[in-house]
Amino acid sequence: MLVRPKPGILDPQGKAVQNSLRHLGFTVEGARVGRLVDLEVETSDPEQARAEVERMCAELLANPLIESYEIELVEDS
Amino acid sequence: MSDARRPRVAVLVFPGSNDDRDAALALEGLGADPLLVWHAERKLPEVGAVVLPGGFSYGDYLRAGAIARFSPALRAVADFAAEGGLVLGICNGFQVLCEAGLLPGALRPNESLSFVCRDVALRVERTDTPFLTRCETGQRLTIPVKHGEGCFFADADLLAELDAAEQIVLRYDRDNPNGSVDDIAGIVNAEGNVMGLMPHPEHAVDPLLGSTDGALILSGLVEAARERLLAATV
Repeated sequence: MLVRPKPGILDPQGKAVQNSLRHLGFTVEGARVGRLVDLEVETSDPEQARAEVERMCAELLANPLIESYEIELVEDS
Repeated sequence: MSDARRPRVAVLVFPGSNDDRDAALALEGLGADPLLVWHAERKLPEVGAVVLPGGFSYGDYLRAGAIARFSPALRAVADFAAEGGLVLGICNGFQVLCEAGLLPGALRPNESLSFVCRDVALRVERTDTPFLTRCETGQRLTIPVKHGEGCFFADADLLAELDAAEQIVLRYDRDNPNGSVDDIAGIVNAEGNVMGLMPHPEHAVDPLLGSTDGALILSGLVEAARERLLAATV
């Protein structure tokens, strides 16, 4: 799952990354820094797994007031 | 049963708390009977108030305060607050209260991305909460901050709500150290019995350390805790 600072919220980390890249001579119009959480879940029902991860995001992994998130399911045999 | 003249005040201790002893010492000096309560405790002893101290509870992994809210003691604090009990969260304690939903809003990394550690000037916006009865509206207090994630955030709707309900009780006075929205340094919940602030009143109770303005806040808490315990015994 990917957690991002919500649009419109000042992201000082992203700002620092953008400034550093500019110092190196890159042209960057904006940078936002989020968080990637890899979760391993054993299931035979991907939709149920997605619902479960949804709950994890809502209850712990993201703060809905300041962060948005998206979930991507990847199968690993 | 605690002696009502020296009201018992619980100071929660999480793994990673580091201002618990300072808070207890300050409360004791101001007439309270502080009691350190370990995070694994499921029940609170009979107390007039609870203080959540500063530090880095559970290492502050993920987001500051995000893990502490699942501790057994914090569930007990939530029940205590729901019954009208007085709860004061200082710095990391404020972050925990926000993450636990006992206070609105969120605390984010400082705008400067730097840890700030210095005295700041505060303005008292409200005195009719149990924590600020010793202050005057508009009074200027000098109290130190020391945090990396003290940038209080509320979106426009929430900010309007806080403003309308007069829940913003302390603001940085022309000296915002972390970029918090609307210069917010401390807020209370809608009921007024839970307060959180980023500055550390427990570090400003001795003239040797420069300011005693923190004692105004903590002695208000001690007084309110005393009244509460007295009312419970009548």
